[in-house]
Amino acid sequence: MEMKRRDFLKTGAALGGGLLIGLYIPELGRGASAAAAGSGTFELNAFVRIGTDETVTIIANHSEMGQGVYTSLPMLLNEELEADWSKIRVESAPVAAVYNHTQFGMQMTGGSTSMNSEWDRFREVGAVARTMLVAAAAQAWQVDAQSCRVERGVVIHDASKRRASFGSLAEAASKLEAPKNAPLKDPKNFTLVGKPARRLDTPSKTNGTAQFGLDVHIPGMMTALVARPPVFGGKVESFNADKAIAVPGVVNVVQVPTGVAVIAKGYWPAKLGREKLEIKWDEGPNATLSTEGMRAQYTELGKKPGIIARKVGDPDAALAGAAKTITAEFEVPYLAHASMEPLNCVVDLREDRAEIWTGTQFQTGDRAAAAAVAGLKPEQVQIHTTLLGGGFGRRANPASDFVKEAMQVAKAAKVPVKVMWTREDDTRGGWYRPMWRDRMVAGLDVAGNPVSWTHTIVGQSIFEGTMFEGFGIKNGVDGASVEGAADLLYGIPNLRVDLHSPKIGVPVQWWRSVGHSHTGFAVEEFFDEVATAGGKDPYELRRALLASQPRLRAVLDLAAQGANWGKSLPEGIGRGIATHFSFESYVAQVAEVSVGKDGMVRVHRVVCAVDCGRTINPDIVKAQMEGGIIFGLTAALKTEITLGKGRVQQRNFHDYPMLRMFESPEIEVHIVPSTEPPTGVGEPGVPPVAAAVANAIFAATGKRVRRLPIKAEDLRTA
Amino acid sequence: MIRFTVNGKKVEVDAVPSTPLLWVLREDLQLTGTKYGCGMALCGACTVHLEGQAVRSCVTPVSRAEGKQVETIEGLSSDWTHPLQRAWIEIDVPQCGYCQSGQIMSAAILLAQNPAPTDTDIDEAMSGNICRCGTYPRIRRAIHRAAELRAERGTK
Repeated sequence: MEMKRRDFLKTGAALGGGLLIGLYIPELGRGASAAAAGSGTFELNAFVRIGTDETVTIIANHSEMGQGVYTSLPMLLNEELEADWSKIRVESAPVAAVYNHTQFGMQMTGGSTSMNSEWDRFREVGAVARTMLVAAAAQAWQVDAQSCRVERGVVIHDASKRRASFGSLAEAASKLEAPKNAPLKDPKNFTLVGKPARRLDTPSKTNGTAQFGLDVHIPGMMTALVARPPVFGGKVESFNADKAIAVPGVVNVVQVPTGVAVIAKGYWPAKLGREKLEIKWDEGPNATLSTEGMRAQYTELGKKPGIIARKVGDPDAALAGAAKTITAEFEVPYLAHASMEPLNCVVDLREDRAEIWTGTQFQTGDRAAAAAVAGLKPEQVQIHTTLLGGGFGRRANPASDFVKEAMQVAKAAKVPVKVMWTREDDTRGGWYRPMWRDRMVAGLDVAGNPVSWTHTIVGQSIFEGTMFEGFGIKNGVDGASVEGAADLLYGIPNLRVDLHSPKIGVPVQWWRSVGHSHTGFAVEEFFDEVATAGGKDPYELRRALLASQPRLRAVLDLAAQGANWGKSLPEGIGRGIATHFSFESYVAQVAEVSVGKDGMVRVHRVVCAVDCGRTINPDIVKAQMEGGIIFGLTAALKTEITLGKGRVQQRNFHDYPMLRMFESPEIEVHIVPSTEPPTGVGEPGVPPVAAAVANAIFAATGKRVRRLPIKAEDLRTA
Repeated sequence: MIRFTVNGKKVEVDAVPSTPLLWVLREDLQLTGTKYGCGMALCGACTVHLEGQAVRSCVTPVSRAEGKQVETIEGLSSDWTHPLQRAWIEIDVPQCGYCQSGQIMSAAILLAQNPAPTDTDIDEAMSGNICRCGTYPRIRRAIHRAAELRAERGTK
């Protein structure tokens, strides 16, 4: 394998000794040359440092939010480097262009793309480091580098029985020229990639030492809570802080663009102080918003033709000539991400620079936004990315809301500050998965096969008005609204997918699996209705219409086999199947479900099959499928954000409840072996599960579920 | 001044008595392994032991700890020798990891009271702890595994 020189290599001595392998981007021109000349900024662009103490530090440019990148990125690099796995440490990268996502051109973690982004780059860096360490040994021993091999961080020359550790070679290697060619392994010789290596971050997550944003403490730091308007888009009209200031421990109250910030010597006085604020709000134009009103508006819109996202054949003519027609409407609510770690951000703003500590998925955007608030240049602002206590998309905010606001607070309060969000702030803070309405019509021929399929989607655009608009919206269609629908993989000869993107004053953004979180449900539930209407088995009809989609069909078969599709189940339990292609990965799931007389849904088992290309770490893939299923089940069975008089009606886990241990099903995950490039795993487990459950409920009770979350009152029989 | 013992060490803090124990641990004592998740005893992320009982420190006034023994995740063992830590590592339970201190502290009380819990026992003891990443199937496996490790250690 040849190295792809998309980035330029930089090698040399690390500060404090040892070998450093970094990259720079040639188009950065003079800045990069200056760095290459050996100034202190050289250190900024490292991807790996090999210390004289044998420690191998891998600099991770993707954020760890549970999906396992702090293990899988080192696996890629060390597949080539072959250091002793126990000597590997991980550090988060600072903000620099060289750490940009290889496809997105910005430093960010999202779209289930980290492995796909770094598959080549991290292996290439590892290969260069190894080549240099071997060269250093060969030079010292006066032998041909080709006659040396590497085993667990030791270069070995078998003929002369000489051995030297990476640490002992690091200094000498740092003085060598970077190799012109550092060939990559043939994948069939992989020893790490594809194996279930233990996660490197687990130990620190079992003894309290893992550092999340909320755990950051810097000297002189105050804690701030911000009182934000009760209605999205509202503003402070006036406020009185006298009673807040009187609370012991409160040191200051400042107005910021998002509301009023209480600055205190800790969380508790900040909270007590905030409760004492007297604020008169200008509620603005959204004070009449309600879920009921939106439902009526969306239902009407769904009856009208929208902007065409995809059209194949003549669906109207095919429908007119169909032997049977079925129509169904689906609705899913706004959803909050509800990461266990509520949003937070620490800012230390000085005259000519600023430092930020936060768990973010979007370093490039956050730095630019914070710098603009501070009146600094982006390069004067540094972000220390901590571990994220869950992200699910919320911490890649297109407006950098929580980082920008923290900088505003720091600027107004003139002290280093940790801005914390309470659970209530986090639940009510907006930036939700949009509410969606899907209207679907299918026409079946006399044999019961679908010949026409139309899907009208109604919901807010996520990309509109963001810096990603040009990337995300084409010909008036937000790709994130129609993904999983416009790219329907079933062989149906006549198809139309159209879109309405109403403008609503509720901020929305990506939420684990984005548009697939509604299309996976609507498409796969409706497909079952089509199968039933045509007198077909839902698995067999899917199989038949996926004849030209071998990878999706293979996961479908694997899940069906794993779940004994077609075999009998105990009385009262129904089985449902669903499949979905998202983030370039193929997933199928079978759910086994029963419904109590009280309408309570119990999911007993979910069998999942996934094809995500080459598997980097099969145990992490399984964990992501398990987690995706449980995340999807919470959406299917539990949560909704609703609005009344413009106010969010939920606030904490009692009215925005998460799936708990006793409700968690047995989960079985099967992985399809593959040599295709690695694709997404963080999100693709989510989309099919709600439909699999809904289809299982139909099998168990004969009742169709077309609205999430599934409500017991709709299924109650006694 | 409020005096109590944390992880075997005597501490003295100058705090308003009604301040939740969580914030005293995290901010006054810099024991940040105990997490804030909800502030209403709904999620279990703040679980610590008070006199050998699991409590939600986000709703426990620090005054309740006066003169008593508090144990936090940091006191379980710093070198990963506790059976729960060993099992958690063996099964790679955590994803984001934020809730895991609370999960482990709840599981520790379960095992102390019931050395060989069934799935139903685990459901009952652990359903006050939320994990948004969905590590429940692994937590269940790891508790069974920790029970085994604990039994092995006990027989040696």
